[in-house]
Parts: sequence; C-alpha cells; structure tokens
Amino acid sequence: MTTAGLVTPPAAHVDGAVARRRGWGWLLIVPGMLWLAVFFLFPTVQLFFTSLYDPSGSYINGYSMTWHFANYVDALKDSWNLFVRSFAYAGAATLICLFLGYPLAYAIAFKAGRWKNVMLVLVIAPFFTSFLLRTMSWRTILSDNGFVVSTLKFLHILPPDGRLLATSVAVIAGLTYNFLPFMTLPLYAALDKVDPRLIEAAGDLYAGPLTGFRRVTLPLSLPGVVSGTLLCFIPACGDYINAELLGTPKQYMVGNRIQAAFLTEQNYPLAACLSVILMAIVVVMVVFYIRRAGTEDLV
Amino acid sequence: MATATTAQVARTVERAEPAAPRRSPLRWLSDHIVIIIGVLVLIYIFVPIGYIFALSFNQPAGRSATAEFDSFTWNNWKTICEPAGLCDSLRLSFAVSITATILATILGTLMAFALVRHSFRGRGASNLVIFLPMATPEVVMGASLLAMFVGLSLDSLLGFTTIVIAHVMFCLSFVVVTVKARLIGMDQRLEQAAMDLYANEWQTFRLITLPLAMPGIVAAAMLAFSLSFDDFIVTNFTAGQSITFPLFVYGAKLKDFPPQLFVVGTLMFFISFIFVIGGEIWRRRNARIAAAR
Repeated sequence: MTTAGLVTPPAAHVDGAVARRRGWGWLLIVPGMLWLAVFFLFPTVQLFFTSLYDPSGSYINGYSMTWHFANYVDALKDSWNLFVRSFAYAGAATLICLFLGYPLAYAIAFKAGRWKNVMLVLVIAPFFTSFLLRTMSWRTILSDNGFVVSTLKFLHILPPDGRLLATSVAVIAGLTYNFLPFMTLPLYAALDKVDPRLIEAAGDLYAGPLTGFRRVTLPLSLPGVVSGTLLCFIPACGDYINAELLGTPKQYMVGNRIQAAFLTEQNYPLAACLSVILMAIVVVMVVFYIRRAGTEDLV
Repeated sequence: MATATTAQVARTVERAEPAAPRRSPLRWLSDHIVIIIGVLVLIYIFVPIGYIFALSFNQPAGRSATAEFDSFTWNNWKTICEPAGLCDSLRLSFAVSITATILATILGTLMAFALVRHSFRGRGASNLVIFLPMATPEVVMGASLLAMFVGLSLDSLLGFTTIVIAHVMFCLSFVVVTVKARLIGMDQRLEQAAMDLYANEWQTFRLITLPLAMPGIVAAAMLAFSLSFDDFIVTNFTAGQSITFPLFVYGAKLKDFPPQLFVVGTLMFFISFIFVIGGEIWRRRNARIAAAR
C-alpha cells in the first residue's frame, strides 16, 4: 500500500544500507503524529462510541451512551445489501482497472521508448481536472441519446429500449474510470524496475513470449499489482459520487447511505455503525490480502 | 545509476526489435498488441476531457448545460465569473489547498526523516498510524471528523479551518510515503563525504540532504495539492456553510449547471498539463547541464 509506488518503489536492497541514528532526531515525528492522533485516531475512536449511543436520542436532544450493541444488528439489517453491492462494484471496478491498467503500464514501461514520459504525462494529466466534472461528462456520454448507447443499439448489443445511464454498468464504468490512474502508476513503477535482460534470458532459455511473461514479468510486477489493486479498491468501496451521478437509488452503495444518515437524517448512531463496519471490513480485507501477497513490508 | 543502465538496455532492446523480419500482418499485430491496447486505454482516459473541452464552447438552449451541443460560442470563456459564487469557490479552494499542502508537506517531510533516519521505539506503531488513513474510506474519515467537531460543539469553526484540518490529515500519509521512498533510495555516503570534508550538520543538510530529497518533497507537495484541490467527500462533511469548487460543482448539478464550469475544467486541465510539461523540460535541461559538467 504505497503511493511510494507512484514515484519510486521502495528499494529494498538499499534499505539495509540506511544508517539509523539514535538521539533526539525522532522528535521530528511528533508534530505530524499529534495531528494524526487528534484528527484521525481520536475521531475514529469517538465514532466507535457514537455507534453505541442510544438510537432514540436525536441531534437536537442529544444522545445518551448506553453501549447499545444492538445498533450493529439494526444497521446490518438496514443495509447489508448495500455492503454486498459496494464490495461487488468495487471489486469489479478494480479487476477491470487491472486489465486496462496492466497493458497500459506495460506499454509505457517497455514499448514506449522515448515516448515514455509523454505517455506518463498523458495518463496523469486528465485527472487534474475535477473528479466531479469528469463524472458529469460521463453522465452526458452514457446518456440515452448519446453516441455510446446508439452505437451499442445499432450493433444489437443493447436491446432497443436498453440504457446505460442509471444501471450498474454505468456505476462500475465510472468507478473504473476514476480510479484507473491509481492502478496504472504503481503498476508502471513496478514494471519499470523489471530488468529487460531477465525477459531476454527467458527467451534464450526457450520460453515463448507468453511463458516468459507468466514466469518472469508477472511475478516481478506483483508488488505493483498489490498496491495498485489496494489503491483502487479502498476508495472505490467508500465512494458514493459515481452511484449518485451515474446510478439511481437502486445502485446506491454504502457510502450513499452513510452520507444520507449523517447529513440528511442526522441519525448519528446508524451512520457511525455503518462507518465502523465499513472500515473494519476494509482494514481486515487489506491486512489479509497483504499477508497473502507476502508483501508485509509495504505496511 | 541503476535506472540509467536499465533504460539504456531497454533502448538497445528496442532498437534490436524492428530488425526482426516482419512475416505477416498477424505477426505485426502480436508484436504491437500491447502498445495498441495501451493507446486505446489512453483514448478512453481522454474521452471525458474532450467532452468537457467541447462543452465549454456550448451555448445551451435551456438554462442547464448538461444536454448535448447546441451552438458554438466564446461567451462562456469571457464570463467565467458570472455564475454567482463560482469564482469565490475557486478562491476558497486555492486558499485551502495551498495552506493544506504547505502544512502537510512540512509535517510529512519531518515525519519521513524521523522514520528513515532515526531509530526509536514505536516505529512500527507509527508506520501503522500513518498507513491507517490510507486504508480508511473517505466517507468514514469525513463522518468521524464531523461527529467530533459537532460533539465538541465546534460547529462555529466549520469552514476554512476545519477543511484545512481534514485535508492536512488525509494528505499527510501520502506525503510521508512519497518522501520516505525518496529518502530510502538516497545514497547516504554522499552526506558522509560532506561531513568528511568538514561540512557541519547544518551545511550538510542544506547543501546535500535537502537538494537530494527535493524531488521527493516536490512530488509529495504536488500529490497533496491535487488530492486537496479535488477532494469532495471529506470536504462535504467538514465544510459547514463554505463552498469549495468541488462542492460548487456538486451543488450545481442539483439546480442548473452553468457551462462556465466546463471552462474551468478545461483550464484546470491545460494549466496542470503546462506545469507537468514545464517540469519535465526543466528536469531534462538540468540533467543535460549535469551531464555536460
């Protein structure tokens, strides 16, 4: 889980050479740590307590702390299907990102030659334009009278009364689009480090291009795959903009529910419950995944 | 150094390849399939940008501008600030992102130095605390911060201060990780050499360490700025009555959508593009000068 991957992937071989000094230099970490403690750890712990408040209270009358664990049961009853949908959408988008991002990163790392930096800039530049504006323009592109829908209808891929906007396809496509660079850049950083001589050697040893890729390039790029999928999956799970702009309430994800419970209904215990569940599931999945992928040093 | 050799090898490999005889169109396709897919994905990335660019010249028939292209006009470009609140939201966004970027870059760089250069108890725990915000969905961070501000009756603070607090919080981890990667890759013998040549600690830091770490720090600052400027979810929770640019766009989609927003989108694209290209040219020029020495 490194954006380190964005710039330079962690160079494990040099790590051993770093001489760490004793003394008071570590105090440099204190101001930043305090910031995280006060504005991240403390609110997160407090969120957990909020999730146990008596649900009969309200924002105006105040809440009383009753260690009401039943809130979790109610929250899961209320929106378990949203959790399932969120993880399904995020998983699908992450997979598509991987299948689009890998060839792109591979092309930049090995095939672009002197166009390498230009292609990298082209990958990043569109994402400096507002995320919301890009999603709005997807709304226009996928709309019922847009060219994508009419082309698909002409090719009989979509039935005559079919539509793209306001379907799961649109939401997953939006998620895919928005998180694609988070996949491409770590993949590129990992692939760029692969020594082309190793691939050549595989060829010399009578490995076909596909075998060479499967046995040499792919394993060496795995750290990039791990950080790319995580950087894609985590924000996608909690996103609610794509579901709101490209979908209908039928496509809403858990983020939509949390946002509505907090800002519209002001049902703080419910919103806090849902947030804690979401965070717990994501952290557990991430830790499990990193362990399985065997790249614990990334944490 | 290692990357330079890899790049050279890559280039030699590249040159060697076209020499292979092209037997058939199928062979050509299998040789170029990766680059073809890559270019197709790039085109996909650019489709919405093209739409935003085109729609910035659109004179919408109705009040709202999300429908299809009606007629060409320069008008939107001349009246960027006309929609009420648009330019105020841009101003607030710049103020927030610049403040948050400066704070996050300073705090994060200090943390990265402490983690890479100094040994102390609790390094593992610190790494975990830095990692956690990156593994937390933004809705959760926004919600918990809002709950805290409300819980402590700080409602009156909601606005610039709370947005900056939140942005620094989620940018910090990304700054730390980026600067850390740079520091780990740095050759410490250069600093030892400076010390051997009678530079004191401060001179070594100013003349050797800082310039070497600079690319990492600049990359981290750029990352922090873009994360902060474009953030919607956390800002939506912590902004109170203030409206940043993403919040303005979001609000506009509920009512009528002024075409000037597409102008701002186009400008953001081109300005950042110029920055990135300019940075690249500057880097190349420096590399050339360094090579000439």
